[in-house]
Amino acid sequence: MKDVVSSELDVELDGLIVCPTCDATYRFEKPANGERAVCQRCHKVLIAPRRNAGLHIIAVALAVFFLIIGAAFFPFLTIDAAGNRNAVSILDAALAFSGGPMIFLSLATAALIIFVPLARVILTMYVLVPVVLDRPPARHAIRAFRLSEAMRPWSMAEIFAIGCAVALVKVADLAHVGFGPAFWMFGVLVVLVVAQDSFMCKWSVWNSLEHPKAKRS
Amino acid sequence: MGIVACRRCTKAQPLGTQTCPRCGHVLQSREPLSLQRVWAFWVLGLMCYIPANIYPMLKTRTLFKVEESTIIGGAVDIAHYGNYGIAAIILIASVVIPLGKFWAVAFLAISVKQRYKVTNHRRQILYEVVEYIGRWSMIDIFVVAILSALVQLKTLASINPGVASIFFALSVIFTMLSAQAFDSRLIWDAEAKDGGPARDER
Repeated sequence: MKDVVSSELDVELDGLIVCPTCDATYRFEKPANGERAVCQRCHKVLIAPRRNAGLHIIAVALAVFFLIIGAAFFPFLTIDAAGNRNAVSILDAALAFSGGPMIFLSLATAALIIFVPLARVILTMYVLVPVVLDRPPARHAIRAFRLSEAMRPWSMAEIFAIGCAVALVKVADLAHVGFGPAFWMFGVLVVLVVAQDSFMCKWSVWNSLEHPKAKRS
Repeated sequence: MGIVACRRCTKAQPLGTQTCPRCGHVLQSREPLSLQRVWAFWVLGLMCYIPANIYPMLKTRTLFKVEESTIIGGAVDIAHYGNYGIAAIILIASVVIPLGKFWAVAFLAISVKQRYKVTNHRRQILYEVVEYIGRWSMIDIFVVAILSALVQLKTLASINPGVASIFFALSVIFTMLSAQAFDSRLIWDAEAKDGGPARDER
């Protein structure tokens, strides 16, 4: 008797979706592209599929990848005061806290503004490229996607951009400040990172990793 | 209902399943130590926030003098120069937001145990705001990083980070961990326990 019950439950479970923030349970129904399934109780967006989202995300991820690498090494800001000149890259800024215990802060800053965003982009491409090409998912794709999601709050490129604006105003009356190529690259980068996060429908990714053969819409 | 849900990929599993077969996330109907972890990180964050405000954040060395300014002192200086907007950004990012976060996380954690006249939906919004906005406190650290890398003009002027920056960064990180440790499903449990099926809200 018990077996029957549990197998009945198994069939049912695939047709359920549970809101991760408030635990409300819904019967699963896939929304059409461009529509969104929203939790009625806490208004969290549960599913938001888009047409060709995978392709868009990969394109953006590729752009972000090259921009991060470029922005990290090219001069970012230059400063000029009474004949003294100084040009810094983002990597220099991140590694500004040197000496003593400050080195930890240096590493943390470098991670938050360069390495975490970079790692997320690489993981995203690793997970999504096979899925979009209708191939079986890459090895450890599930673990890779989990890692990428766990790093989401620690990717702080956009906050660094605002920090730049504040720093510029602080220095502006002390010396003449100029923008290097990396500054503009970083500006574009921030927009792309935000766009990438809003394209991504996590449920669709999980679903396609679980049912690799299923035709993506 | 006899179901445990995966918080990472929203898939439902029969109660008692240990890890989610789809994404491998550990399944837990409610995080058992959620509130303890929230309070532990909260206290750590508060402890780091105090020295962050007492010690100097920036050491500015110009031609003849060395100036050390704390977070609030620095913002006041900027306001004196007439940049009220920037002073406001710094004050909001490094004083108002962190203090607001301490208050909000504490309120959420207490309201799970005790009843308040705040609807669940309000509390959910508060939680989402806290999670979203917490990262923005890092702004001050980044400003210090940019300034101290940029302003290194040999004898003329130089800016170096002060001790407070490390405490401030730690405080931001701990409060972020504290907010993440909070299991938002607890907000909705309180109502379900009070009678009436939880789903009939609205």
